[in-house]
Amino acid sequence: MSSPTPVGEPEVQTIRLDQDVVRVRQLVRTHAVAARLSLVEQTKLVTAASELARNTLVHGGGGRAEIQLVMNGPRRGVQASFTDEGPGIADLDLALTDGYTTAGGLGLGLSGARRLVDEFALDSKPGTGTRVTVVKWAR
Amino acid sequence: MERIPVLKLKDLLLVSIQVDLEDQSAIQLQEDLAERIVDTGAHGVIIDITALEIVDSFIGRMLSSIASISKVLDARTVVVGMRPAVAITLVELGLSLPGVRTALDVERGIELLTGMGDEEGAAT
Repeated sequence: MSSPTPVGEPEVQTIRLDQDVVRVRQLVRTHAVAARLSLVEQTKLVTAASELARNTLVHGGGGRAEIQLVMNGPRRGVQASFTDEGPGIADLDLALTDGYTTAGGLGLGLSGARRLVDEFALDSKPGTGTRVTVVKWAR
Repeated sequence: MERIPVLKLKDLLLVSIQVDLEDQSAIQLQEDLAERIVDTGAHGVIIDITALEIVDSFIGRMLSSIASISKVLDARTVVVGMRPAVAITLVELGLSLPGVRTALDVERGIELLTGMGDEEGAAT
């Protein structure tokens, strides 16, 4: 991952309920507009954030999202981090495989979210929780 | 949780999703639609997603299940009004909405359902 420089303070959204996933989407959308991402870029980032926020809720037992504007030289972008203190992911490669699911879904949440963003970092250990950080840059 | 209204229009049911969809609302809509199809004997369902800013894997799966459930209940489903950015994102996410017929707008969706013969029904 290149090093995105934070601009201002992150906005934090707790993820405890279904409607918090909707709030995360709205917060990410606001930042994506502020960073002047194109409509397609905005849509991709908000969709990725929706998948990751739902993972935090369903697999992590809740947690929080931190959303903030970032810069890398002249480029503006949005960074979103999702943190939980849930059971963690034992096999990261397997979790990132299309179609692999533990929740009876389509198994596209994590792998699909990775395709929709420019940068993706997954940090997880069994028993300590999971942190996923994504960045989408304006073209 | 917001409940999505289901409108009856002759022998069609029309759903226009105007809110940022919570997962629970999506599940509720699936149940409401199944009941209304049986109650009304409707032969078609139109789901208007013009106002939806994203379709993620959960909402996509919900649309596919609604199409499957309504098919079992002798009704066809057409999803209309998908935004271009949503379509691009959906494909990159890896979703192909199996079994879901689409049309560009409500008018074409109605045409598709009312003019739909047996041979077209095989497309799902």
